[in-house]
Amino acid sequence: MNWLGLLGRNTLGLLALIGRIAMFAAQTMSHLVRPPFYTREFLNALVTIGWLSLPVVGLTALFTGGALALQIYAGGARFNAEAVVPSIVAIGMVRELGPVLGGLMVAGRVAAAIAAELGTMKVTEQIDALTTLSTHPMKYLTVPRVLAATLTVPVLVAVGDAIGIFGGYLVGTTRLGFNPAVYLTNTVDFLEAWDVGSGLVKGAVFGFIVATMGCYHGMNSGRGAQGVGKATTNAVVSASVLILASNYVLTEVFFSA
Amino acid sequence: MIELIALEKAFGSKEVLRGVDLSVPEGSSTVIIGGSGTGKSVLLKSILGLVTPDKGIITVAGKDATAGDRDAFLAQFGMLFQGAALFDSLSVWQNVAFRLLRGSLKRPKEEARAIAIEKLQRVGMGPDVADLFPAELSGGMQKRVGLARAIAADPKIIFFDEPTTGLDPIMAGVINDLIREIVTEMGATAMTITHDMSSVRAIADRVAMLHAGKIRWEGPVGEIDTADDPYLCQFITGSAEGPIETLR
Ligand SMILES: Nc1ncnc2c1ncn2[C@@H]1O[C@H](COP(=O)(O)OP(=O)(O)OP(=O)(O)O)[C@@H](O)[C@H]1O
Ligand SMILES: [Mg+2]
Repeated sequence: MNWLGLLGRNTLGLLALIGRIAMFAAQTMSHLVRPPFYTREFLNALVTIGWLSLPVVGLTALFTGGALALQIYAGGARFNAEAVVPSIVAIGMVRELGPVLGGLMVAGRVAAAIAAELGTMKVTEQIDALTTLSTHPMKYLTVPRVLAATLTVPVLVAVGDAIGIFGGYLVGTTRLGFNPAVYLTNTVDFLEAWDVGSGLVKGAVFGFIVATMGCYHGMNSGRGAQGVGKATTNAVVSASVLILASNYVLTEVFFSA
Repeated sequence: MIELIALEKAFGSKEVLRGVDLSVPEGSSTVIIGGSGTGKSVLLKSILGLVTPDKGIITVAGKDATAGDRDAFLAQFGMLFQGAALFDSLSVWQNVAFRLLRGSLKRPKEEARAIAIEKLQRVGMGPDVADLFPAELSGGMQKRVGLARAIAADPKIIFFDEPTTGLDPIMAGVINDLIREIVTEMGATAMTITHDMSSVRAIADRVAMLHAGKIRWEGPVGEIDTADDPYLCQFITGSAEGPIETLR
């Protein structure tokens, strides 16, 4: 029943975890710039992380764009400002919802898959086997995945942005009575390059977070099936929370002034 | 020569190794025996640096195993893990040839594949398994692929963690002969963990028995039957009566 002690222990535990993760990320970076680089593993990671996430990210963006159009129309109608729908949908999509929802979906899909795979490898001594075969696990397993995620998530975000805007366009033109040509001109005219660019930068950060969390928790998985299960859960939860937290920080840095 | 001095390792409050002293002469085959859970696997992993010992000194060929160039150090080793530890994303031949496909020992793919198939043959497996994946193999087959991988790059020092568990008696005989061959013909240094007394007699030059975190008995294989250590006697006769507790 020692409340203070419990609070202290948990705080220290959390700080230690953050420290370990930061060190893990720093190590990943340092291995990234030192040879050897495993191209084959990297290409595999590009496919499993990037290409195979397209459907999930695309569908998420499509429905989000549509719902956004409906909401903004309803909100705008209160001020006779229905005409803002196209530009607000576009800005909302590329600045916030594209990267954040895309990042979260990738976190669910990719962080879990990486943590489960590496966790199983750890538990079945495959990671030890890698070491004895003179292959550094960080270089062979972590670097390709982190690099692939950092590079592909922005692309996923860009595709998601386009699909999301298209979702808004579909709803706008079929349900809300917008003229297709006017909708498109409004979208393009009010969108600035940095709106899109900032979202892509967020995407890269989120990709890095997702793969790093997946690898960290997988490589430090406990023993047995239970250990792997826990690693997977921790990877998804920590990746999601970190995405939302870093999104706030990035938004603050990019747009407050 | 591998030399362990006062090696200690605990996991939490569980003291597994409590001061292991052992020296393994170059070009010889040492078999480690001991009850289940006495730390035999931990001992091998400590030498390779996969487990960090709490105390003690490990030297390989006179050099401190924990210092210096890890890559060069590990390049002289081959290790068969107790659970085979095959990479399930790679096919059988790519597992066997792992070392030959990357790093300092890299060679052309065709050549690596040919070597892999030759090594598979030595552990009693035909070329037809080369393109299967580990998940498609039985436990004993996985073990043999793991063995082929351990010897693929002709290492100077080879560790075998229970090479014959899960194999039928004939295949176990084949593997025993193989290990013996690797030591006598290629001059490798081998450390083997086994529970199978017929393997011990077939493989060993020297035998070391691990008990209660220390080397309980150590000597040439010819002396195990005449030794007067009650622990060793109980172990090799497999008797339930004796100083080693069985908890029933
Ligand atoms: N990573 C680890 N974390 C915690 N405990 C461990 C770890 N590795 C081994 N142990 C413990 O160390 C002890 C020795 O394990 P080890 O695997 O070396 O046994 P062993 O002698 O090889 O047994 P067996 O003959 O059954 O394979 C066991 O009690 C095990 O629970
Ligand atoms: Mg063992």
